[in-house]
Amino acid sequence: MLAFILRRLGTMVLTMLCLTIVVFYMVNLEPNLRKLSISQLDMRSSDEHIEQWLVKNGFRENFFVRYGQWLGVVKRVPAINPETGQAEMRFKACPQPNEPYFGGILQGEFGCSTKFKVPVENKLWPALGATGILMFWVMVTMVPISLLIGVLAGMREGSRTDRTLSVASITTTATPEYVSGVIFTVVFASWLGWLNGSAASATSQGVNFYNFTLPVMTMAIYAIGYIARMTRASMVEVMTQQYIRTARLKGLSFPSVVMKHALRNALIAPFTVIMLQFPWLLTGVVIVETMFRYQGFGFTLVEAAGNNDIDLLLACSLVSVFVVLFTQLISDIGYAYLNPRIRVQ
Amino acid sequence: MQLEYIGAFQIVLQVLGRFWPVWLALALVLGVSLHFRKRLGLYGDLFSTGVGIAGVFICLFWLFTAIFSHIIAPFDPLTQVAVMKDALPGAVVPDNGGIYLFGGDKLARDVFSRMVYGSRIVMIIAPFATLFALMVGITLGLPAGYYGGRIDSFLSFLANLVLAFPVILLFYLLVTPEIRELSFDNWFSQLTGIGVAIPRALAAVFFIFPVIFFITLFYTRFKKRPERLYLLLGLTILIGGWVYLGLVFNADPLGIIRIDPNELNIFVAVVFASSPGVFRIVRGLVMDIKTRDYVAAAQTRGETPWYIMLWEVLPNARGPLIVDACLRIGYTTILLGTLGYFGLGLAPESPDWGTAIKDSSRLLRSFIHPALPPVFALMSFVLGLNLLADALREQSLKD
Repeated sequence: MLAFILRRLGTMVLTMLCLTIVVFYMVNLEPNLRKLSISQLDMRSSDEHIEQWLVKNGFRENFFVRYGQWLGVVKRVPAINPETGQAEMRFKACPQPNEPYFGGILQGEFGCSTKFKVPVENKLWPALGATGILMFWVMVTMVPISLLIGVLAGMREGSRTDRTLSVASITTTATPEYVSGVIFTVVFASWLGWLNGSAASATSQGVNFYNFTLPVMTMAIYAIGYIARMTRASMVEVMTQQYIRTARLKGLSFPSVVMKHALRNALIAPFTVIMLQFPWLLTGVVIVETMFRYQGFGFTLVEAAGNNDIDLLLACSLVSVFVVLFTQLISDIGYAYLNPRIRVQ
Repeated sequence: MQLEYIGAFQIVLQVLGRFWPVWLALALVLGVSLHFRKRLGLYGDLFSTGVGIAGVFICLFWLFTAIFSHIIAPFDPLTQVAVMKDALPGAVVPDNGGIYLFGGDKLARDVFSRMVYGSRIVMIIAPFATLFALMVGITLGLPAGYYGGRIDSFLSFLANLVLAFPVILLFYLLVTPEIRELSFDNWFSQLTGIGVAIPRALAAVFFIFPVIFFITLFYTRFKKRPERLYLLLGLTILIGGWVYLGLVFNADPLGIIRIDPNELNIFVAVVFASSPGVFRIVRGLVMDIKTRDYVAAAQTRGETPWYIMLWEVLPNARGPLIVDACLRIGYTTILLGTLGYFGLGLAPESPDWGTAIKDSSRLLRSFIHPALPPVFALMSFVLGLNLLADALREQSLKD
């Protein structure tokens, strides 16, 4: 088991290296660099001026050297002002030492956000915290509801409950966040006026029922259908097993068979599915946070991408890729742990 | 100026009336299908369940709406009539007596016409992108599942790389105006004079897959019958090359096939995002099917591996693949909507549903009517595809 986890961790590190190289290449494309330098200088800078700025700040160095600097295996060299010969800060918001030093991901330094004018860490961790709160409430609503729907539907395959719940879950999987968000806002905020159509106040005044219900509902609803369908399929399969028939023939009541024999076996598959939902949930986070103006990770990602904030965008990609791969690992380990029939080789 | 309005009942009647070509076509197709359903195989079986009929009905409805949108829509999707800004549903245009059935949006365009024209964009991009993703996924998934070993590890690693990217990040990186800028400062451009950009390079890679697929398909089957083989290969290369030139290099000699750089960008991003999913499914199916007896029989006969993959394994994997294709078109529609919602790729005035939702969702506090038509259009179309997939799955499980 330990060897398996170690090998998976190795693959994970390799994947992250590959992906960050790709992202690093994409954000450092020539037009993107020009856009960044124009945002740092002023709109009417000449081409020479831009080129000078890019050379001075080390953007013209070899690609792999710069990637190494970002990673923290190559020393960062301070930018030298050609006129004074003195070391100069690259971005005023983020102070850095005057001599060459290691300052990359491995040292825990994510660089400087050019959009928010703060070190990336100062922006990223609070945003992740805010998203963590959102995700917590989404999980708290999504998991029990979807499991309940799935178990109820799969208990008696082909019954009226099954058909109704199946069509309902198909409908929710056909409703992406930007659709359900609009519908919920129209119904609960514009029409009934029960809830707040924006979660902007959640950042300043704290989370409460009025500003947080809509984002949580919107995010949960898309995934509920999918997980419920997986649970149903798994439940249907379990209900056809021999040991369920034995239990019924033994004279146990139907509820007791479901609760004691079927449920635990049927919940193994949905566990994996819930874990593998994270890539989708990340997309959902971005949509919901933009829609309801909640200042979390997704909001930060959109701002970073929209303003070509290279370091912030790289940090966001690193975090999201890490989350995806880590949840995959957990789902594999958890599956083996929950299901003793699976032996990891 | 005071606008005149028609009543709610009138609006419903008028909307139903505007869709007359769709009702006509639907009646025709559904009538014929119902009559001959015994002889139509899997498609005919769909009509035996309510879910199947609903799925077929919704999908065909949007398909015909896309085809006949120039007849259905009373206004041009981009025309602005200044007085109709934020007009409520059923407002009568003062000068020519036309009616904004679902009201006007913040730029005084007809919401109904935009919704109808929006279906066109979805109907063109979603199925074709899915088709290309299927081609890429199948062509790579077959050898990965059949040979296993190194090829499988390598291709699976690549697929997992793409899958580990959250879709939205992928789109933000892949679909930007900056990335479409052609660069001439490299060996390839100096050699050929053709500008290079990442979407174009990706398109060049993806669009070659269907050509490779069909060439291998025909070659493995008709190796021994040169007269058929040369004809089919010639046709594949001619048509494939023609479409390829038009789509990738925008250099169709006849000038028929062309695609905007930003549409190409979207297309490529969507294919890129969904082909690893297809790859995984195909790989899994092949690994299952290759243990069957008929594959062993073909191997004993001395058939080549590619013949077995394309003519023995693939036809037997078609059931799950068709179901997956249906679901995937729906998913692609959702992806397109996401792109529109974040204003990536599509022109800001484009009538597609995602862009319309983005524009109207910001103004929900004051006006809700421009938001609802695109929202329900997108939802119903994806729902239709999901119902169709569900019915197909049920039918294919039966036998």
